[in-house]
Amino acid sequence: MWRFHRLFEKHTMILLIGILVVVSIGGLVQITPLFFIESTIERVEGVRPYTPLELAGRQIYIREGCYTCHSQMVRPLRDEVERYGHYSLAAESMYDHPFQWGSKRTGPDLARVGGRYSDEWHRDHLIDPRALVPESVMPPYAFLAGRELDVNDAERHLRANRVVGVPYTDAQVENAAADMRAQVDPMSSFDFERRYPGALVRDFDGDPTRLTEMDAIIAYLQKLGTDVDFSNYEAEAPENLR
Amino acid sequence: MESRARAGEAMIRTETITGRAAPWEAALIAAILIAGGFLTVFGAAFATDPMFKVQMYMAMAGFVLGLGGLTFWLGQDRAEQATRYHDNVVKAGVIASMFWGIAGLLVGVVIALQLSFPNLFYFPDLGWTNFGRLRPLHTSAVIFAFGGNVLIATSFYVVQRTSRARLAGGLWPWFVFWGYQAFIVMAGTGYLMGVTQGREYAEPPWYADLWLTLVWVVYLLVFLATLWKREEKHIYVANWFYLAFIVTIAMLHIVNNLAMPISFADWFSYSAFAGVQDALTQWWYGHNAVGFFLTAGFLGIMYYFIPKQANRPVYSYRLSIIHFWALIFLYIWAGPHHLHYTALPQWAQTLGATFSVMLWMPSWGGMINGLMTLSGAWDKLRTDPVLRMMVVSVAFYGMSTFEGPMMSVRTVNALSHYTDWTIGHVHSGALGWVGFVSFGALYCLTPWLWKRERLHSNALVEWHFWIATIGIVLYITAMWVAGIMQGLMWRAYDQLGFLQYSFVETVEAMHPYYIIRALGGLLYLAGALLMAYNLWRTARGDAPARAPVPHAVPAE
Amino acid sequence: MTYAAMAQFAQSWGLFLLIALFCIAAVYALWPANRETFKRASALPLEPDDAGDAS
Repeated sequence: MWRFHRLFEKHTMILLIGILVVVSIGGLVQITPLFFIESTIERVEGVRPYTPLELAGRQIYIREGCYTCHSQMVRPLRDEVERYGHYSLAAESMYDHPFQWGSKRTGPDLARVGGRYSDEWHRDHLIDPRALVPESVMPPYAFLAGRELDVNDAERHLRANRVVGVPYTDAQVENAAADMRAQVDPMSSFDFERRYPGALVRDFDGDPTRLTEMDAIIAYLQKLGTDVDFSNYEAEAPENLR
Repeated sequence: MESRARAGEAMIRTETITGRAAPWEAALIAAILIAGGFLTVFGAAFATDPMFKVQMYMAMAGFVLGLGGLTFWLGQDRAEQATRYHDNVVKAGVIASMFWGIAGLLVGVVIALQLSFPNLFYFPDLGWTNFGRLRPLHTSAVIFAFGGNVLIATSFYVVQRTSRARLAGGLWPWFVFWGYQAFIVMAGTGYLMGVTQGREYAEPPWYADLWLTLVWVVYLLVFLATLWKREEKHIYVANWFYLAFIVTIAMLHIVNNLAMPISFADWFSYSAFAGVQDALTQWWYGHNAVGFFLTAGFLGIMYYFIPKQANRPVYSYRLSIIHFWALIFLYIWAGPHHLHYTALPQWAQTLGATFSVMLWMPSWGGMINGLMTLSGAWDKLRTDPVLRMMVVSVAFYGMSTFEGPMMSVRTVNALSHYTDWTIGHVHSGALGWVGFVSFGALYCLTPWLWKRERLHSNALVEWHFWIATIGIVLYITAMWVAGIMQGLMWRAYDQLGFLQYSFVETVEAMHPYYIIRALGGLLYLAGALLMAYNLWRTARGDAPARAPVPHAVPAE
Repeated sequence: MTYAAMAQFAQSWGLFLLIALFCIAAVYALWPANRETFKRASALPLEPDDAGDAS
C-alpha cells in the first residue's frame, strides 16, 4: 500500500497532469477544428489524386529533400501572384501526404511550376543546374537519369494512400505498376487515360527506352499546380472565403 | 546542517536499495533487445527496398551490440555502482553531446559552403552529399543529437542533485542513453541514403519514430521515478521545465508522426494527415519542438547551472513559477505563425500570431530572472568565462524571443517568411541561446563529474567565448541583411509596374552574405573544437584534482 | 458532439478554465506562506554535492 502511494506521488502527478492539461488544450482547440469545419478546404473542380508515376516523382522530391529549398505555397500577395501565378488553395494539396508547402525559398516556389518549362529544360536543369542558370546554387541531380524506376512498389504506395484517405479506385490500385509504364508510352496509354483523365502522357526524360527516376520527377513537376482551372474560380464567392 | 544530516541518512538508504543485483530489469532489457533483433531479421529478410535492408542490418548490429554490452554489464561487480549518485551515464552524455555537437556544426558549415560555392562543394556522382540530404542531417544533429544529449545528461544530473536521490531504474538510464544514440545513428544514416518523411524536424522514418517513442517513455519513467523517491519535499523548478519538455515532446512526437507505411518491410510511409491539416499538425509540432525542446528544456539548464555556477539562488523563485506556467500556457498555441498567408484558415493564423506576441512577456520574465540572478555579483562575469557564456546565452534568449514575436506579426511575416531572415532568427536562438547555455553546462559538468578542481584552461574558454560570439554576430547580421534584402527584392516593382527582379537575381545577391554566414559558422565550429580539447584535457586529469568537499556557504 | 458545440465550449469554459488554471498557478507562486518553501527550494542547487560515481 505504501509503495502504491509512492507510485502516484502527489506533487509529481499534479505537476504532470497540469502540464498535460495545459498543453493539450491548445492542440485540441486549434487543430481539431480543421478536421471538422467544412470550410477549411474549398470545393473546387479538377483536383485529382496523383498518378502512380507522379506519386513516385513526389517520393523522389521528398527523398532528395527538395522541400528544404523550395516552397509549394503561393501566398495571396501581389508580387507572389504575379511571379508564380494564382495563390495556392487548400484544396490543391488535399491529397498531399505529407504536405510539401515548405518554409524557405532558397530556390523559387514550385506550387505552379507545372507547364512553365519544357521537359527538356527540366531534364537539363536537373542534370546540371548551372549549365542553364549560371547563378544557381542548386545541387546537380544527374544520377536521376541513370536510375531505373522501381515499379513493383507502385501498388503498395496507392494502397497506403487509400488507407490515409486518398480516393483511389480499385482499378487504379490494381493497375498501378502498368499505369506507371503507360504514362510514358503514348502508344499504350488508353486505359491509363481513362483512369486518370487529363494526366500528361509522354516520355518525360527524353529516353523512351527506359523508365527512369528522371521521368517520375519531371512528371511530378509538370503536374504541380495545374489541376484547377482558375478561369472559373471565384475567390470572393462566399463559399470560398475562409 | 540539518539537511546535510538528512542527506547522509538518505545516502545510506539508497545504497542498500540500489546495491542489490537487478536481474528483472536486465531480463526485460534483454527481452526488448532480442525482440528488436528478431524484428530486424524479418525486416532485412523481407525488405522490398535496398535502403530499408541496410537500415535493418544496422539496427540488427545495434541490438547485438546492446546485448553484448548488457552481458558485459552483468559480469561487472555492481557493488561499485552503488554510490550516492549515478553519474557515469551523465559523463557519457557529456561526451556524446560534444561529439554530436561538432558533427552537427561541421555539417552546417559544409552546407553553408555549398550555398556559397556550389561548383566546389557539389559532386554530381555523390548524390548523398547534396544539400537536400545534408540539411536534415545538420538540423537533426544539432537539435536532437547535440541538444537532446545535453538535455538528457543535464536532466539526469539536475534531478539527482535537487532531489537528493540516486537516479531511479538501475540500468534503465543506460537504456535511455544508448537507445537515444541508436535512434540518432539510424536517423542520420537514413537521411544520407534519402530515407526521410519529408517533414521538417520530423524526418526520421516510422520505425525510428517507434523506437524513439519507446526510449522516450523509459526516459519519462526514469525521470519521474527519481522524483518519486526524492528526499526533498519541494520539486525544484528546473525539474518542472525538464518534465514539461519530456511529456510534451512525447505528445508532439506521437501525434505528428502518425503515418501509414507502404509495407512493414519498407521505409516509406504516408502521413496520416494531408495538406492543410498536415501543415498545421506539423507546425504545431515544429514550433513546440522549439518551445519545449529548445526552450523549456534549456531553461531547466538555466535554472540550475546559472545559480550553481554563480553560487547565488535564482533571482526570484516566484517569478520562475509564473514563468513556467505562462510559458507552457502560451507556447502551445503559437505554431500557426509559421503558416501566415497560406491556405490555413485565417482564424487559425490570427490565433497563432496573438499567442506568439503574448509569449514575449513570459520569455522576458525568464530572461530577467536569469540575468538578475547575477545581481550583486556582476564582477563574476569578468572573472568567470563559463558564467559569462551562460549569461550571454540568456541575453540571446531575450533577443530571439523579442525577434520571434515580431516576426509572427502578419505584416512583418509577409516580408520575412521564406527568406534567410528566418534562418538568422533560428540561429540567434540556436547558436546564441541553446549553444551557449549548453556549452556553459558542459564546462560546468566536466570538472564536477571528473572531480577536477577546475577546467584545464580558462584562457581557452575565453578564446572559445570570443571566437564563437564573433561567429554568431557574423552569422546573424549576414542573414538579417540577406533576408530583408531578399524579401524586398521579391516585392520590388519598376516604374512600369513590372516585377523588378527575376528570382535568380535575388539568389545572386545572396552570394556575399552566404560567404559571411559560412565564415561565421566556421568560427563557431572552431570554438567548439577548442572546447572539446579543453574538456578532454580536463577529464584526462591535466587539471588539479578537486580538494575535499568545499563547504561553500550558500549566499543568503 | 458537433464542432459548433465544441467550439462554443472551448471559447467560453475552455478559456475560463485556462485563466483559472493560470490564476491558481499565480496564487500558488505569490502565496505568502510559500515564501519559506521557495526560499529553501531556491537554495537547492547551491548545496555541496560531490558524491557521484567513482571515475
